[in-house]
Amino acid sequence: MATITPSTAEIVRRSGAVPGADYLLEVEGVRKAFPGVLALDDVSFRLKRGHVHALMGENGAGKSTLMKIIAGVYTPDAGSFRLKGQEIRLTSPLDALRYGIAMIHQELNLMNFMTVAENIWIRREPLNAFGFVRHDEMRRRTLALFEQLDIPLDPESEIRDLSVANRQMVEIAKAVSYDSDVLIMDEPTSALTEREVGHLFKIIRTLKSQGKGIIYITHKMNELFEIADEVSVFRDGKFVGEHAAADVTRDDIIREMVGREITQMFPKEIVPIGETVLSVRDLSLAGKFHGVSFDLRKGEILGLAGLVGSGRSNVAETLFGVTPATAGTILVDGRELAVRNPGTAMTAGMAFLTEDRKETGCFLLLDIMANMQIALLRGGYATAGFVREREIQTLCLQQKARLRIRTPDLEEPIINLSGGNQQKVLIARWLMLRPKILILDEPTRGIDVGAKAEIHKLITELAGQGVAVLMISSELPEVLGMSDRILVMHEGRMTGIVDRKDANQVAIMDLASQ
Amino acid sequence: MATDISSASPPASAETPVAGRRRLPPELSILGVMIGMMLLFEALGWIFVGQSFIANPLRLKIMILQESEIGIIAVGVTQTIIMAGIDLSSGSVVGMTAMIAASLAQAADAPHAVYPGLTGLNPIFPVAAGLLCGLAVGVVNGWLIAYTKIPPFIATLGMMVSARGVADWYTNGQPIGNLTDSFADIGAGWWPVIIFLGVAFIFHIALRYTRYGKFTYAIGANPLAARVSGINVERHIVLVYMFAGLLSGLCGVVHTARAISGQAGVGMGFELDAIAAAVIGGTSLSGGVGRMTGTVIGAVILGILTSGFTFLNVDAHYQEIIKGGVIIAAVVADQYRQRRRKSV
Repeated sequence: MATITPSTAEIVRRSGAVPGADYLLEVEGVRKAFPGVLALDDVSFRLKRGHVHALMGENGAGKSTLMKIIAGVYTPDAGSFRLKGQEIRLTSPLDALRYGIAMIHQELNLMNFMTVAENIWIRREPLNAFGFVRHDEMRRRTLALFEQLDIPLDPESEIRDLSVANRQMVEIAKAVSYDSDVLIMDEPTSALTEREVGHLFKIIRTLKSQGKGIIYITHKMNELFEIADEVSVFRDGKFVGEHAAADVTRDDIIREMVGREITQMFPKEIVPIGETVLSVRDLSLAGKFHGVSFDLRKGEILGLAGLVGSGRSNVAETLFGVTPATAGTILVDGRELAVRNPGTAMTAGMAFLTEDRKETGCFLLLDIMANMQIALLRGGYATAGFVREREIQTLCLQQKARLRIRTPDLEEPIINLSGGNQQKVLIARWLMLRPKILILDEPTRGIDVGAKAEIHKLITELAGQGVAVLMISSELPEVLGMSDRILVMHEGRMTGIVDRKDANQVAIMDLASQ
Repeated sequence: MATDISSASPPASAETPVAGRRRLPPELSILGVMIGMMLLFEALGWIFVGQSFIANPLRLKIMILQESEIGIIAVGVTQTIIMAGIDLSSGSVVGMTAMIAASLAQAADAPHAVYPGLTGLNPIFPVAAGLLCGLAVGVVNGWLIAYTKIPPFIATLGMMVSARGVADWYTNGQPIGNLTDSFADIGAGWWPVIIFLGVAFIFHIALRYTRYGKFTYAIGANPLAARVSGINVERHIVLVYMFAGLLSGLCGVVHTARAISGQAGVGMGFELDAIAAAVIGGTSLSGGVGRMTGTVIGAVILGILTSGFTFLNVDAHYQEIIKGGVIIAAVVADQYRQRRRKSV
């Protein structure tokens, strides 16, 4: 056989019709240890051309570590790596890109003050003879790329003006622009609305038809059956099994993921509802939402549904005083409360788990204990300013046991925990205050099935103890499964409150998009 | 109350430690650098000068006295840096408070006193005036940063220029002499060192064991999360800059007492040495990380460098060049350490 020149190889590669190698990517016997943790133990993984291969597993199961190895971020301690049948070694993410492996990170890595086109072609800008960037050419290439992927964005808009969903599109376009054969998507839908997810899936199908292989990490079961061809399950750093998506059921996968049965997805218990603790009348925040009114009672879970951008999170932030209301009244236990800052809300017995764990939740540089105790310190547990460490440590250890936070000790920096465990630490922060009113904004976003079920169970228990819960979620099944009533919002307006018995996906979506 | 969701036992965690590990205080490495540096100068001393660097109490005393003044303001500057801020005004505030304290500390027989009616006062007055002026400047710094939301770098840069202006304007640049003996006693003997170590100890305790300290770290690590956790972030920022200003005032008073004269140019460049001491001591400029013990060691390292080079008769220009290199090396080492920790 004649030697294939690089350009020929390129043409063949682009045609997507390479004979031979069944598998785009084969990884065998990968092992990776971090100080104190064996993250991957003898893991194997294969990706077929033109297929979407889903990776499932609880947080900390090793999915993300494996993906980072495939994307060249980490170097494995052991294991072999074949791309289209050829043994390769990756030393950096750039190296991986050169081989045609691109990763779309969970945390989007775009430069906010630069345009869409600049972000996509960074480091590869088309230049003229003097070394200046040819913006017209860059725009042309971007538009061509967007047309291919059916992305309706202006290449000249700045990233900071785009919604999360649109940023995601830009990330995908950027990955595709490298002519990558292997695309890794790490929970691409965690911040998207249903309609946006539909668009993303359309793009994924286009990519499939072009012969690309897609590795798809997700926690959402329904997505798995909608988009994936194969699924590999991981648990505790080990490979558990590989299946064709058509051959398995949801229960099979859950069983493999957690190594035990989860009896009930939403452990909703109907508990006696007590008197009203929180009344909101015509609450408004200029430019965000207006005229929101509802009552929240003891033991009740009020779901707050709506599309991203409908003002759900703004309502929560206003209730808690992060962004004080511009009109309307808030009554706690029948008494009017002027909520000017989070401090006043906390004094009145409110607690607020924010939507974005990294931005407004965690103190990533600090240890678990510092993260857990911070809200508690405001209201006491200090003598003449000196923090009563012993007492607080006991409380923290109780929470650690109660929420089953997986960590060797409380001095561990929170950055080293998995997403689910970080979320548990933040929930513990608020539970230590023994709140009357608990506001939860996306309490289970981006965490695994096991931790999710634990958090659902916990919310149910808290309601049973008489805590009034306001829960925001983008996942309709979660809202439907957990809530006693559901308040639906659309573009800053309240479009209705639906009772549990009348609630279903159609009714909610109807109100959310009217 | 248990949150069991299964009848079976939970799966073994992937995060179970494989090997036990002990956390060593992060200052240990920097302490090692300090000791290594002393031994290096000791060895170089015997080779080039034929005498001991360490076994010379007088030299050590001068070295420690010199660094005590930097150290006092470094205690404040460290806290602003932990809170993801900075204080560039500290050196100028030293100059300004030095003049103000000196003007109220003149002896009764001083010719051409600044305030002829206010001579021979009890030293409590000049000390209080110096401290209060420093504190007031700190409050202004903090207020600007907390409520107008301008970056700390800009706010304190402006204050740095203005405070130096006040120091020069105060007596049209004339030094203030003829200070009372009782005021000069504050800067005599080991007092500057005792004051430095005293404030370092107080704020070490405050940072580690009090609510004030926990809030400072929290705001430095994530101001948004701190706000949602119910911390009055604005008020705390004012508080921290207030302490920083107060410590600059204290440094101005101590320096004036030690020099027994007030000079408008005093403290020039102190702010940079103080920042260097904090950074060498492991305080991260991006906030959330840092310890007072590290800053004390950092200040001592700066002192060893100056004193060691003088001891070896190294030209002053070379001293500065090497000092700059050491500061950069400290930050590079710190970045490296942090990156290694993050990848875990």
